[in-house]
Parts: sequence; structure tokens; C-alpha cells
Amino acid sequence: MFEGIAENWQLGFQEAASPVMERIVGFHDFLLVVTGAICLFVLALLLYCIVRFRAGANPVPSKVSHNNVLEVIWIVIPIVILVVIALPSLRLHYMEVRIPEVDLTVKATGHQWYWEYSYPDHGDFSFDSLMLEGDALQPGQPRLLATDAPLVVPVDATVRVLVTASDVLHSWAVPALGVKMDAVPGRLNETWFRAERIGVYYGQCSELCGVRHAFMPIELRVVSNEDFAAWIARQRLEAGIASAEPEGAEQATNQTAGMENGKEEKTS
Amino acid sequence: MNTTAAQASAGHVPDTHTSGWRRFAYATNHKDIGTMYLVFAILAGIIGGLFSVVMRMELMTPGDQILGGDYHLYNVLITAHGLIMVFFMVMPALIGGFGNWFVPLMIGAPDMAFPRMNNISFWLLPPAFLLLLGSVFVEGSAAGYGVGAGWTVYPPLSTTAHSGPAMDMAILSLHLAGASSVLGAINFITTILNMRAPGMSLHKMPLFAWSILVTAFLLLLAIPVLAGAITMLLTDRNFGTAFFESAGGGDPLLFQHLFWFFGHPEVYIMILPAFGIISHVISTFSRKPIFGYLGMVYAMVLIGVIGFLVWAHHMYTVGMSANVQTYFIIATMVIAVPTGVKIFSWIATMWGGSLTFETPMLFAIGFIFMFTIGGVTGVVLANSGVDRALHDTYYVVAHFHYVLSLGAVFGIFAGWYYWFGKMSGYQYSEFLGKLHFWTTFIGVNLLFFPQHFLGLAGMPRRYADYPDVYAGWNYVSSIGAYISAAGTVIFFVGLAAAFMRRRRCADNPWGEGATTLEWTLSSPPPFHQYGRLPRFA
Repeated sequence: MFEGIAENWQLGFQEAASPVMERIVGFHDFLLVVTGAICLFVLALLLYCIVRFRAGANPVPSKVSHNNVLEVIWIVIPIVILVVIALPSLRLHYMEVRIPEVDLTVKATGHQWYWEYSYPDHGDFSFDSLMLEGDALQPGQPRLLATDAPLVVPVDATVRVLVTASDVLHSWAVPALGVKMDAVPGRLNETWFRAERIGVYYGQCSELCGVRHAFMPIELRVVSNEDFAAWIARQRLEAGIASAEPEGAEQATNQTAGMENGKEEKTS
Repeated sequence: MNTTAAQASAGHVPDTHTSGWRRFAYATNHKDIGTMYLVFAILAGIIGGLFSVVMRMELMTPGDQILGGDYHLYNVLITAHGLIMVFFMVMPALIGGFGNWFVPLMIGAPDMAFPRMNNISFWLLPPAFLLLLGSVFVEGSAAGYGVGAGWTVYPPLSTTAHSGPAMDMAILSLHLAGASSVLGAINFITTILNMRAPGMSLHKMPLFAWSILVTAFLLLLAIPVLAGAITMLLTDRNFGTAFFESAGGGDPLLFQHLFWFFGHPEVYIMILPAFGIISHVISTFSRKPIFGYLGMVYAMVLIGVIGFLVWAHHMYTVGMSANVQTYFIIATMVIAVPTGVKIFSWIATMWGGSLTFETPMLFAIGFIFMFTIGGVTGVVLANSGVDRALHDTYYVVAHFHYVLSLGAVFGIFAGWYYWFGKMSGYQYSEFLGKLHFWTTFIGVNLLFFPQHFLGLAGMPRRYADYPDVYAGWNYVSSIGAYISAAGTVIFFVGLAAAFMRRRRCADNPWGEGATTLEWTLSSPPPFHQYGRLPRFA
């Protein structure tokens, strides 16, 4: 089962598990080559100067203080490099912020200091997700990341996350999915992801929100469509929402693409 | 200070200054005030630096360490560390300290344009600093004493969630520090525009004076925006307004826009004077005039102008519209061009030179390389596509410490060793200076480079405790912090040794490469210089 979590001594991004994160990793790899080359170039020039033009090797300094061609070159080449960076950058940017047609909408509300999740497509039941501490933490569950009630979504579904906050700023983030969206009181932000692997994904609040800022993790369970349907049925039962349509379906249509349909398309 | 007989080049102004505490309390002499700024910055730097060491001790291994689970105290430490280092260490050292000391000397002016205003500029800072330190001992939030809202003091955390008076004290502290900066900026602009020696046109003015001129304009335009924002914060907290309160029709994001409209120029306010210092040091120890002087000048002007147009790249994740973000991506990347001009011009200055590697030069070369690293990670972060993964992680912490802790601070140390003999009259120990450099260089790189890895792996910043998967690089980072702290101890040993050994510094200890006017004066310069204005060829 996939685990969206960092590893000790890791050097780069967490393993990508969504189309957006795959693109982020790819684009960052490209940036790393460009920026690494620039750093090595500067380092090489500095070392060359240090060795070749040290007073012992070059006792008489030159008096050159201008070279128009050179000065134009080191303006033009960086501009070209920046344009080469900007094109894929903007493509990635629009991929992240333009939300495709979604299969499911969930809402994450930041509180001091826990996340509340609700499923407006499924009768708008909601629950709080609190960090597990002390004895509640089972062996194998990561400290400061595991919660008592994870957000559950189906695999390969395009999920819209509505993000807001009730008290102060928070930020909902899942690194393996390349998602981070600030939770702002009085605003309803939206972002999206499509988790491609069944498993558990972890994230942490990413905007300073007070004394327990480090202790309101995000735990996301990505399950098969069948498991998701069963989970939804259980949650609706617990919340006392009738399993058949009435109000649930109405709300789903309000939220544009309803999950009821989307889910079935996926299974078929 | 101890003005001796060496007034040869001074003209004929008698050395009349009051003695005892009055000399400093009533100081109007730019060198005395500059010295007070430097002493102040050193004291503030000790406190801000100690806070950071405590933070790294807490973060050395996962779980509760030295703070014993007082997470609010951790937030107070990060807040105080940021505010102290920005407003009470880097700015007073570079602008108040070196700016006051060397702008008049370099442009051939007898003093600053408004000496009494210069006095109040300095003396606003100690009460501001005391207000900030005092805030640690009064109620902040429900969780404890002090302000734990970060140096950015975003509402609603800084309003409804910090109901105690600590936040009000911090706001008033920033008001005072801001007033000090604006008065200083007015003074520098007036001095530089009106009091240059005959023959020194703006296009012949030394680059450090240029860097302070650009910085002063940034201060003049940016600080009032901060003052407005935190005044709105103050009235939201105390007088029932709702500028940033969504329930009352306001918007928390308005504060972020105002804050970063100040905050982004602020980071250039901290780095531009360092640019100026590095230019002089590189030129002096390469024994060559600075390469591409006009390009250097206008690169700084351009950096200053663009600095006002890029603020929302700090806010890619707040939910701005797609096209607004696109603008900020492109505008931000543009800054890399003038910054690149500066880096390449410094290297071209060294090219063909006759280089020696005294301590200031080591710090300057270290600056160029590490500022390049901080610069390219800045280009990475400019891309909102990647920034969404890196925003508010340790990658950002690594980035801004590479440009500030390793950039601006290396600029300060380069200036310190470059001018120490000129200011005090005693030359520093080259051995201790180099030891200080190498210890600091190794320490800060060990401290901050692994934080790139932590950020890429997803570790959020401002965390008092972190998941065990981030243990490895955090441990390395803390070791780096202790080595950096040891470097700071060596700095003070070097400072004490210089005053104990009292090895006289020549008027110009650096030889033919040091061409600016301060090297024509005695070391230390006479209390009043340029009784007869120097003619600048």
C-alpha cells in the first residue's frame, strides 16, 4: 500500500502520486539542472579567479573596467534562460489553478487545532479529524501525522477541495499530491487533486495558526471505489442521512458535478 | 572617538566634543551615532542569535527538547528572532552603522545633513527594542506570554487569537523602529543629494553611497505602508474596526497585501547596502576599479523599483486568481536579471586583478557564492507551480537565510573587517578574522543547506516539533547552528583582541585598491572631517 510520507535523509520531493505532483517533480528536476549549472558556473569562475589572479600569480592588475559586449551578454543570456523557465512554469501554474471537471467535492475547514471535513455531495455529513497522541497512537502509525478520522476519497477520482477556516489562517497541504491551499476565514478557496494510488497520504498545516500549529496533521485515505461507496454508506448511516437520494442529490447538483454519478462512471 | 594628533588631512576644525554620557546621549556626530548603531546591532544580534540557537536545540531531535513542550514559547522565539534580526540587527548595522559612518566620509561631507534628527533616529531604536523584548513578559495569547504570531503578524492570529497586550507592544515597537528608519532615510537622501564634495556627480559617487541612497528611497516608500497596516491592526484589536475581520466585512488577505508591499522592498533594504559593501571590498582586494560601474548603479536602482512590484509572490497559496499569479511570476523572475548583472560584475572585477585574501575579501567571495545559491532558489520559488509545493516549508527558510543570514550578514562582516581599522584605529587580527570566516562559513552552510532537503520533503516551517522522518537533516542543521555560534564567539574574541593589542591601523591599510575618500583620512578619522572640502576629480 502506498504511503505518502517523507523518508529520513531524503534529498528531494516525496514520491508523486498525482498528475500535478508528477509535473511539479518534473519541472523542479529541470529547474535543478538549470540552477545547479548556474551555481557551478559561478563557482568555477570564482575558483578560476582565485587561482589565476591571486597576487602571487598576477602581480600587476589590469585596469579594464568596461566591456559593453560582455555586459549585454550577461543581460541577454539570463533573459533567455528565464523565458525558457517561464513557459513550462506557466503551463504547470494553470494546470494547478484551473480545476478540471470533478468527481467529488469535499470541504476542509481549519480550526484551532484540527481539520473538519464534510462531504457536500453525500448529504453534507461532517466529522473532525484530530491528531492521535500518546497511547492512542498504534504501532506503525507515524507520530504527529496520524489522525483519528482521516479524509477518505476514491482512487483516480478528481477531487475538488473547498478550503476555509473558522478562526485563524490555516493551510491544507498534502505533499505527495502537490496540493497546498490556505484556509482563510471568510473565504472559500478551492483546489483539486487526483490521487492515483491506493494508500494513506499525510500532510501538515502549513500556515502558522498558534500554539498547536504543528499538531493538526492531514491524513488522507485513498481507497477503491467499492470501499469508498461502503465507507460513504456507513458515514451516512451514522449521520442519520437516508441512503437514498432526496436531499443528498439536491446538494450534489448544487455542487456542479455530483459524485453519485461520477463514482458510478468510475466503477463501470 | 580617540582623536589623536593625526588630523593631517582634516582641515582645521577643532576637535570639540563633550565627554562622558553626554557625548552619546546628545550625539550629533555621524561617527558617534554610527558607532552607537553598530554597538546596538551587536547587542541585538546576540539576543536574536541566542534565540535561534535555542530554536535549533529544540529542533535537534524529534519530540520535546529544551522548551519542554511550551510550544507558544517556541512561536515567541521565532517571532522575536525574525523581528530582532530584521529591524534591530541587520538594518541598524548596515544602514545606521555603516551608512552613518561611511556615507559622509565617502562623499566628502563633514557630517549628515540633519545631525539632531540623526540623534533621534538612533534613540528611537532602544525604546523600540525594549518594547519588543518587554512584550515577551506580558500576556500574549491564551497560551502564554509574548507574541507568537510570526514576524509577519498575519491576522486573525495577531488580532483575535492574540488578545493580550504583548501584540500591542510589538506593534508600537515596530512603529518606533519604523519612525526611526523613515527619519534616517530622509537624512540619507538629503545628505547624498546635497552634500557631495565638489566634483562628485552622482555618476561618480561610490557604490556604497548609491546603495544607501536606493535603500533610503525604499525605506521612505515602504515603511509608511507597514505603519498603516499595523495601525489598522491596532485599531482592529482595540477600537472595534474590522479592516482584517471577515465577520465585519474586512479581509485578512488585505493585511497580507499591505505587509508584503512593505515586506518585499524590506528584503532589498537589507541586502542592497551589503551589495554596496561587497563592491568596495571586491574592488579593493582585486586592486582594480569596479567593473561596469554604471551597470552596477542601475542594477541597484532597478532592483529597488521592481522590488515594489512583486509582493504577492509571497502569497501564491492564498487563493489569488490565476492571471494575477501569472503577473507576479513574471515580474519576480525579472529581478534575476539585475541581480545577475551584479554577480557577474563582481566576478569581472576580480578577473584580471591582483587578488589578496584578507578577511573582508573572504567574506565577500563567500557572499557572492552563497548569494548565488539564495538567488537561484529564489528563481525556483518565483514559479508558483513549484512554490505551491514549497511554500511555508523549510525550503523557504533555507532560501531567505541564504540571502540574509549568509548574504546580508556576510556583507556586514565584510564591512566590519574592511572598516574596523578605520573606525577604531586598531587593526584586527588576521588570524582570528580568518578563523571567524571559516567557522561561520562551514557552520551556516551546514545549518541551512540541509533545510533545502527538509523543505523538499515537505517539512513545514514554524514547527516546534516535527515527524520523525525529518530527524536526520534537522540534527545536521542543529550541529551547523552550534558551529555558527562558535564562529560568533570567535568574532567577539577577535574584537576583544583588537582592542587589547592596540595594533595601530594605517590611514590606508589596504593599499592602492582602496580608492574611496575615507582612506585619505586618519584612522580613526578626526572628530570633524573635511573642514576644507575635498575636491573630487
